[in-house]
Amino acid sequence: MNPFIEIITQPDNIAIVIMIVMVTFFTLWGFQQAFQNDKLKASGYAVDGELDKDVDTFKPLVRIELIISLVVMLFLTIWSIWVDAPLEEIANPTITPNPAKAPWYFLGLQELLVYFDPWLAGVVLPTLIVVGLLAIPYIDINPKGNGYYTFEERKYAIVIFAFGFFILWLLLIVIGVFDRGPGWLWYWPWEEWDHQRVVFEPTRDLTQVIGIESRSIPGFIIGAIVVIGYYVAGMLLPLRHWRKNNPELLAQLGMIRYNLIMFLFVTMMSVPIKMVLRLVFLVKYVWITPWFNV
Amino acid sequence: MNSLYDKVKKNLIWKSVFRRDYRDNARSRAMAIFGNVFLHLHPVKVRESAVKLRYTWGMGGITFLAFIILTITGVVLMFYYHPTVDLAYLDMKDLEFQAPYGVISRNLHRWAAHFMVIVVMIHMFRVFMTGSYKAPRQFNWGIGVILLVLTFLLSFTGYLLPWDQLGFWAITVGTNMGAATPLLGFQGPFSEYLHITPYNDVRFALLGGASVGGNALLRSYIWHCIAIPLISIILMFVHFWRVRKDGGISRPQH
Repeated sequence: MNPFIEIITQPDNIAIVIMIVMVTFFTLWGFQQAFQNDKLKASGYAVDGELDKDVDTFKPLVRIELIISLVVMLFLTIWSIWVDAPLEEIANPTITPNPAKAPWYFLGLQELLVYFDPWLAGVVLPTLIVVGLLAIPYIDINPKGNGYYTFEERKYAIVIFAFGFFILWLLLIVIGVFDRGPGWLWYWPWEEWDHQRVVFEPTRDLTQVIGIESRSIPGFIIGAIVVIGYYVAGMLLPLRHWRKNNPELLAQLGMIRYNLIMFLFVTMMSVPIKMVLRLVFLVKYVWITPWFNV
Repeated sequence: MNSLYDKVKKNLIWKSVFRRDYRDNARSRAMAIFGNVFLHLHPVKVRESAVKLRYTWGMGGITFLAFIILTITGVVLMFYYHPTVDLAYLDMKDLEFQAPYGVISRNLHRWAAHFMVIVVMIHMFRVFMTGSYKAPRQFNWGIGVILLVLTFLLSFTGYLLPWDQLGFWAITVGTNMGAATPLLGFQGPFSEYLHITPYNDVRFALLGGASVGGNALLRSYIWHCIAIPLISIILMFVHFWRVRKDGGISRPQH
């Protein structure tokens, strides 16, 4: 069979195809409503829902809930008649499948293992994702866009969230499902997996690029300067810029919120930066310490 | 016809179950909601556009429906399942070849689980896009984030239960991350200062052992079927309650 058809019709991967279709559909629908509301507001009209009256819950809402429930149950029933849940060979600790993949919703994190050590990719970054999500309502002090779709009034919030949601979460999942084969090597979905393939790709550490041994004391110091400097610069430079151009917003935010936002943002951006370092410059570690490597 | 209608409806038993007739008036429509234990999750009146699909996409409700479907099919599967290394995989084969409707029960459970994960992520996206986490709903967003994590964990703990290669190695890969926890995992940074070994670290606590085995299977089973559903149900109560108390489905101010 064509490898492309084969990989997208694997029972568990059908869920990913459904996810791609659903996410695309609802993203377009959401942004379409956002732009529509922005247009309405720009020409002085009320946004969607602003002039709403109250109506009885029974029956309009109860009716639509019933219809949706029936549609969803029908959909799941057809899916379940059509595709059988996979069951592989009995568990065998002595035979490691290659690749051994985590469940699909964690494949974004498994993909991060290419770029970060497990303590970062598997523990620290997921923890920060949850902390960051929990913090959103408390660090986004923009009162606009509460209760309706809009893009214009919440540009920064939406762009940053969309980057995290679509690129760093969903895209990495799709890559993990469809583009990773034996040895976690890259295969396009239409390529045949080759279990014999070995890629010789020597990596180096950042300081080795300028000829300094990364496991030496100068290497340690330079690595520390780069990592700590990245955070300090990432958090201080916008501060200077905002002080000059938008002091009112900064005063409203306060220092605690500002620092939390920038820490989370700088950490989030370290993911694509590390990916580029690894993929383009073949850099494995930026900073090697006796306890951990970054 | 009318006399049959009277016979069915005008007797002690019917009247003890259904307290009153439904007539299409305001009082009756209100009573239909708050006189029913299931429907009284709703307010009696809602904003017009809360009824229209384009705003919420129904995603929160569909997530809850998926949870109910998973509970029902999960209970069915539990009748045929032993959480032991010797029997778990054989029970899968029994479901496939012996148990009546075993195949479709398992299929429904698995696909509804994938579906729930997809839908709950789209629900979060919708709530973000409509700014519905803003005051006064900040706390409920937090409950939602925890419910999202619990949804992942529910699915993750269920992965091991068939005791096949897929689940075994997915759980091995997943729980190996626990071993990398700073301070508390034996491969994590600084753990040597706390005398952490493979036999007392986070992964050991997750698996009940240093590798995936019978204890891990039992722990997965209990987390999957009892502990996480209980925690989720409690948080869902809070989540739904707070939707009401924070003023219903978010909509622009009048």
